[in-house]
This record gives sequence, structure tokens and C-alpha cells, in this order.
Amino acid sequence: MTATRFRIGCGAGFAADRVQPAADLVERGGLDAIALECLGERTVALAHLRRLRDPGAGFDPMLAKRLTALVGPMSRTGTRLITNAGAADPMAAGRMAADIAAAAGAPMRVAVVLGDDVLDRLDPDAAAWEDGRPLEAHGELVSANAYIGVDALLPALGTGAQMVVTGRLADPSLFLGPMMHAYDWDPADLDLLARGTVVGHLLECAGQVTGGYFADPGVKPVPGLADLGYPIAEVAPDGSAVITKLPGTGGLVDRRTVVEQLTYEVIDPRAYLTPDVSADMTAVRIAELGADRVGVSGAKGAERPAELKVSVGHRAGFRGEAELGYAGRGAADRARLAAEIVGARLEGVVPRLRIDVIGVDSLHGATLSEGVEPYECRLRVAGTAPDRAAAEAVAEEVSALYTAGPAGGGGLRTSVGEVIGVLSAGIPREAVETRVEVVGATGGAQ
Amino acid sequence: MKVRLHDVAHSRAGDKGNLNTLSLIPYDPDWYLVLCALATAEAVAAHLADRVVGPVVRHRMDGVHALIFVCPRDADDTVTSSLHLDTHGKSLSSALLQMEIEVGDGPGPGAAAPGGATGPPA
Repeated sequence: MTATRFRIGCGAGFAADRVQPAADLVERGGLDAIALECLGERTVALAHLRRLRDPGAGFDPMLAKRLTALVGPMSRTGTRLITNAGAADPMAAGRMAADIAAAAGAPMRVAVVLGDDVLDRLDPDAAAWEDGRPLEAHGELVSANAYIGVDALLPALGTGAQMVVTGRLADPSLFLGPMMHAYDWDPADLDLLARGTVVGHLLECAGQVTGGYFADPGVKPVPGLADLGYPIAEVAPDGSAVITKLPGTGGLVDRRTVVEQLTYEVIDPRAYLTPDVSADMTAVRIAELGADRVGVSGAKGAERPAELKVSVGHRAGFRGEAELGYAGRGAADRARLAAEIVGARLEGVVPRLRIDVIGVDSLHGATLSEGVEPYECRLRVAGTAPDRAAAEAVAEEVSALYTAGPAGGGGLRTSVGEVIGVLSAGIPREAVETRVEVVGATGGAQ
Repeated sequence: MKVRLHDVAHSRAGDKGNLNTLSLIPYDPDWYLVLCALATAEAVAAHLADRVVGPVVRHRMDGVHALIFVCPRDADDTVTSSLHLDTHGKSLSSALLQMEIEVGDGPGPGAAAPGGATGPPA
């Protein structure tokens, strides 16, 4: 720990995030710990599907690339790494992590958190939160992962392993766990847990708090976005923190970037629910302390939810998508004519169909784009069906516009793929048993 | 006079299941109470009706001068099942900022948009 502040950074905010900013953070950030948040709502389900097809492919495909860039800096600085990139197969990810460290001449112990996979113990008749219908009524269930929290993470941190790999650990818990471990916070002190959770929430999307996903030229410009620096929190023992970023990098941290991220994906600011606590964000105070330094304090905590949330993946048929471009005088009219033609040809073939014109109404609908006549635009057709052949018809009918549609279409793109739907449900905490295994270095590889 | 929200506020969209969260954050804190009065849940629901099926719930975060609108989409319009090009609804923050509010002509923040032609205060 540097002085009296625990320094934790975020080196990835989603599965496809950039790699280099994390390496820079570990090399130059003076960090005690870095977290890589690599799981979204659907990422775990897709990882399960990959594992079903190809055992050994159940974790984040970019993890090897990330760790290869990080083990060198980690061995030089001693920074600990915590990541949920284990996805559907944290054990395989942990073994690979240990192998990468050993191959780089920097052997490390890797603690693996297991037990979030609850497919074999989830009640398939449990009600989906989205519509109240039984989970299994939506289609064959392929995955069920409980959002586990610091209860599961703290024992892994207690092993002293330099790397910790998990599956569906909740995003803010990746950060709260190391803070609790460093300061030996009492789990019954709910205000501390809430403050740590808010800091984790601010960091969990990495560059989204340092000026990423923020720039709007002429209105809220961001300097040096190409070299966007990722965030660091300097956490005090009372859970207050300064949000900042690596010096000498692009981006910015100010009240606006912090408040945008504070509000991100918050459904009830008085009760932001994680496996660890219910955090009241309306009590949060923000203070600009200097260039790229923003103080965050004041969150209040209440009792954590009785049940754990489970993210459930199910087979949901097939999706076909296709686009074709039109340009010049009358482009939108020709795209609309193409839409009519494809709509007629697919009637009764594809049960769910949507047709838009990109450049006109594909993002916000027809009302907000009324009167827009672009120089160029693209017909977009998307449909889902229970069987692959019907989904393929979408691609086929858009392709057929080349010779049997309006004039001047070009730039065809088509895709067809299986759809994995994701639902949410609750599971009693006692039904979820997590445990830790240590692999690599002196950890006694299993 | 009419003020477009983009001239006085910024926004970020988040998504969970078939919900979008849309924040609305004034550049100038003096505009916060104006937005509280005029950017109602009902007005936002009507503005976003092409995608948001409602009802929209609005939360106030007075401590940081931010509003959050929780916007339900159709049950089958989730990030995994949506047929929309933007399956997450991430671009809806820009749709929200296209909304106009009718402010008074008197003194105070209602007199003129702090942004207007010159953009919001840095």
C-alpha cells in the first residue's frame, strides 16, 4: 500500500476492451491491485456455448493476450490481479494463467474461485424476473451462473496468490474484495461496504470514468482519446476515494465523467443491489480536487439482498441479419422499396422480422428522424426463427435484391447465428457453495 | 422559448435485460431544478415512444445534480433477443438529448440556455 491509501486500478471494462492500458497501469500506476472486468450479461452464456462445442474454450478468449502482457509488469511491481474472465470455466482459465506466468519466467500462484455455476441446482420452474414465466418455458437452459460476491472472493485473496480468477463474480465485488482484504473491513459495517461498492461501480467499466464513451466534439471534448488512460482509485481506510487516472495518458477525470459513470446502469439509486450490500447512491458526494482528481464519499449501506441473482442462458432459436446499401438521389426511397419487397417475400416465413433503413430510422425510430433524406443509407433486415433455415431466408432474400430489387444496391453483408437468450432469476444463498483452489508455482497444482 | 436538452445537459445510457437507464446531467447545476420540473418521466416516455414502451420511472440524485430515467422496452427487446440494430439501446442517450423543453423567458437559468450557440460552460 502506498502511504495510507490503497491503490486499485481497472484494466478492462468488458470482454473486448483494450489490452495496453492495463499493462501501463501495472507498470507505472503504483497499484496494489488491478481488476479486469470481462463479463457482461450474455458473455457467460456465450462462453458456456463455446465450452459445449469445444471443451477448454469456456473462458474469455482474450484472457491469454491480456495476461501475456501483464505477467511481466506484475512480477516487477507485485501488483495483484483479480479477474472474472474465467467465465464458464474458471479452473481452465486459472491453469492457463499459471502456465503463462511460468512460461514468462515469472511463476505465480493463481487462486481460482469456483461454485458460481448453478445449472445443476437451479429450479428450472423458477420464475424469470423479466416476465414471470418459468425459466424452462423460454427454451432449453444452457447455463446458470449466480452472481457471487466478496464472500467468495475474500478466501481467494486470503491465499496470498498474486492472481485470482473467477467466473460470475459481480463487477463491483472485484474491487470491494481487495479493499476489504487490505483494510480488514468488518463485513457488518454496511456503510464501508457501500462506499467500496460505489468505488468499484465507478471503476468497473474502465475507461468510461476517464473520458471514454463521453466525448461529444464541440460540447464536451476529451483530450488524447487515442491514448485513453484507465482509472485508478486511491481508497482511504474510511472507504472514501479519489478517482484519477494514470499520469501522462489521454482522457480526463472530472465531475462530469464521474457522475455519468455513477448513474450508469443504476435502476434504483437508493438501493443499488450487489451480492454484498444495498448501496444508497443518493448519499454520494463528489468533489473536484484538481486536474484529473475527483473525490467520492458518503454512500450509505443497507442489508444485502436475501437471494443471489442468477444469469440464465437459454436457446432462443436463430437470427438472420442482412444489409444492403443505396446512395445518391432517391437513396432512401429505393431502400424503402427494397424493404417492402423483402417484407412481402418473407411474410409467413420468419416469425419475428424487423426492417429499418440505417441512416434514417434504425437507431431511434421514425418519429425522431422525420424528414431526413441522407445521401447514402442501408436497408437492414433482421429476423429470428426457431430453425436455422428460416433465419437463413433473411440473408437469402436481401442477397436476392441484387438482381430482383430496386436499382443500385451494393455492399451486401449477411450473417446467421444461434441466439442465446439471457434471463434473470433468484436463488437462495445456501444453494450456492463456492470454494477456492490454488494452482501454479508453489500452490500444488491439481 | 424551447431548449434542446443537448444544449444544457449530457447523458449516458445503461442497460439491464429489457431496461435502459438514461441519465440526464446538467452542465450548470442551476439547471438541475429546471430539468426536475420539465424533464418529467411522462415527457421522456412520450419522446422515446418508438422504442420505450413505458412506464418510465424517474429518480432524482440531488446530491450530484443528476436524473435517472428507467425506461422499459418490450419484453422480447433484450440485449440478446432484440431485433434492433442497437440491441443494448446504448444510443438512446442521444435520443433523450434531442428532446426539447419549454422554458420561461424570465431571469435565471430559464432565461437562456447556458450552452446555446456557444456550447455549455467548460
